[in-house]
Amino acid sequence: MTEAVLATHAISKNFGALKASDNISIDLRPNEIHAIIGPNGAGKSTLIAQICGTLKPCAGNVELLGRDVTKESARDRVRAGLGRTFQISALAMEDTVLQNAMLGALGASGRPWRFFGPALRDNELRDAAECALLRVGLEDFMRVRTAELSHGQRRQLEVAVSLTLNPRVFVMDEPMAGLGSEGSKRLTGFLDALRHEAPILLVEHDMDAVFALADRISVLVYGRIIATGSGNDIRANPEVQEAYLGDEA
Amino acid sequence: MIKERHLNMALIVVCVVIPVWAHLADEPFIITLMTRAAIFALAAVGLNIALGLGGLVSLGHAAFFGLGGYAMGISAFHAQTFTPVAEWPFLIEGTKSMPAIWLISVAVSAFAATIVGILSLRTSGVYFIMITLAFGQMFFYFSISWPTYGGEDGLSVYVRNGFPGLNTLDPIQFFMICFAILVAALALASRLARSPFGLALNAARQAPQRVETVGLDPNRLKLVAFVISGAMTGLAGALFADLNRFVSPAMFSWQLSGEIMVFVIIGGVGRLFGPVAGALVFVTLEHLLGGFSEFWHVHLGVLLLLVVLFGRGGLIGMICGREGSHD
Ligand SMILES: Nc1ncnc2c1ncn2[C@@H]1O[C@H](COP(=O)(O)OP(=O)(O)OP(=O)(O)O)[C@@H](O)[C@H]1O
Ligand SMILES: [Mg+2]
Repeated sequence: MTEAVLATHAISKNFGALKASDNISIDLRPNEIHAIIGPNGAGKSTLIAQICGTLKPCAGNVELLGRDVTKESARDRVRAGLGRTFQISALAMEDTVLQNAMLGALGASGRPWRFFGPALRDNELRDAAECALLRVGLEDFMRVRTAELSHGQRRQLEVAVSLTLNPRVFVMDEPMAGLGSEGSKRLTGFLDALRHEAPILLVEHDMDAVFALADRISVLVYGRIIATGSGNDIRANPEVQEAYLGDEA
Repeated sequence: MIKERHLNMALIVVCVVIPVWAHLADEPFIITLMTRAAIFALAAVGLNIALGLGGLVSLGHAAFFGLGGYAMGISAFHAQTFTPVAEWPFLIEGTKSMPAIWLISVAVSAFAATIVGILSLRTSGVYFIMITLAFGQMFFYFSISWPTYGGEDGLSVYVRNGFPGLNTLDPIQFFMICFAILVAALALASRLARSPFGLALNAARQAPQRVETVGLDPNRLKLVAFVISGAMTGLAGALFADLNRFVSPAMFSWQLSGEIMVFVIIGGVGRLFGPVAGALVFVTLEHLLGGFSEFWHVHLGVLLLLVVLFGRGGLIGMICGREGSHD
């Protein structure tokens, strides 16, 4: 087994009496897409938040690139190479699409303390941003205010911002939501190739995409991982069928 | 709709033409009013960096305005009484030189803004407003209870401070000094908004989580904005004290913090020339209506209400529409 780039070791998170994460251990290996699926409210976003450092687990550890980062801030984890996209877009809505992508490039450059030259004339930042927007297919929307984008386009922009960071690990929370079948297909193709740049931990509701992409799938129900395996394993697993896939069929 | 750039130019022209006309027509009082407007505008350009770019609703900016004022008052007081400001750890003399006083005001208010900012930025929303207000009041009471520098009565400065090569007692010359500083501050604010720092600060206001996700610290960005903002308002305070040749605890009052915020809101939060428009409107109303009734603030309140209800971008937003992208 190759060394995992990202792993959780028995993490748990309680919200009062609710066990949102119950003893979760998962890992992500190089060149892999590991999908996390599960019904609404299963605790997928909560798990992501703990991996990214915006929520502290009540117990357990998070390991990133061979290092225990449980006590590190979200920012430190980003600097260590974690690129995240949000389920609910967290973008600067009044700014243009290009400005949002440039913010990512600015963060990656680590030099925000420049008070004079116009950011938009900084070719280094601009190239990195334009390149990322081109890759997700937003090149025609660069000057549009982010608030005017459709839901799906905002998800694409989320992905573009994470690309500007050149991360070593991607963590994506429902990047396909709101994309429509054409858009999902395109993003599916894109993520398929992206895994070779950096592995992806993918939370997704679009089952076609999940089964097309995932090397491994973990099923999360009521805060617990009930199964992990290949697409075929998961489809064949009776517990999964009952708990989750069953009510979709 | 008028282009914002054109409106800005028009405001600058108004700021130059009226005082020059007043000078030719021998109306020094009008020049003084315009100087007052320019200084208020400077204070508000400062606040607008924190409020408009950083989203920091500070109701304590009078603290910096007052500190700038007292930095001037104390320097000049020691210079005119020929006593040192301090003898230990080294001798500090008073001064009557404007450039030196400006430097001191900027340094003192920037330092205070750093402390106030670090403590206030632990909170947000209403708590941020309350804590900045509390800091403002702290400075207010401190100034009242310090008899060396006049306590409640304040400090008078008998002769306006000097600027090399100019006669600062001539109203038009003093106006030009204040106006030049205002223009420099506007240029700085404009560059700041477009800079990489401005890009990050803008995002930190709208989506702090996003800024964090690209590896930057939104609160540190806001703190730096707050310090620049406080320093600019402090400089305005030094000029205001020189205009009046008098400083008093009133410069620290929460009403003054509120007024600076009103300039920004009336003109347009986050709009480069919003503070200039707001200060001009304020000083005009103060002059025209202040003569009729003591309650002219009521009219100002009505105007403020209208602007907040009908023009979310303030007067500039009403005239020019929504802001174009910075490009
Ligand atoms: N900050 C919080 N405080 C209390 N309860 C929370 C908090 N965040 C999430 N929860 C609860 O934890 C459970 C898991 O939420 P989470 O958002 O992780 O689910 P999810 O699997 O991402 O769902 P979805 O598919 O709808 O995105 C839910 O019952 C939710 O109500
Ligand atoms: Mg979720």
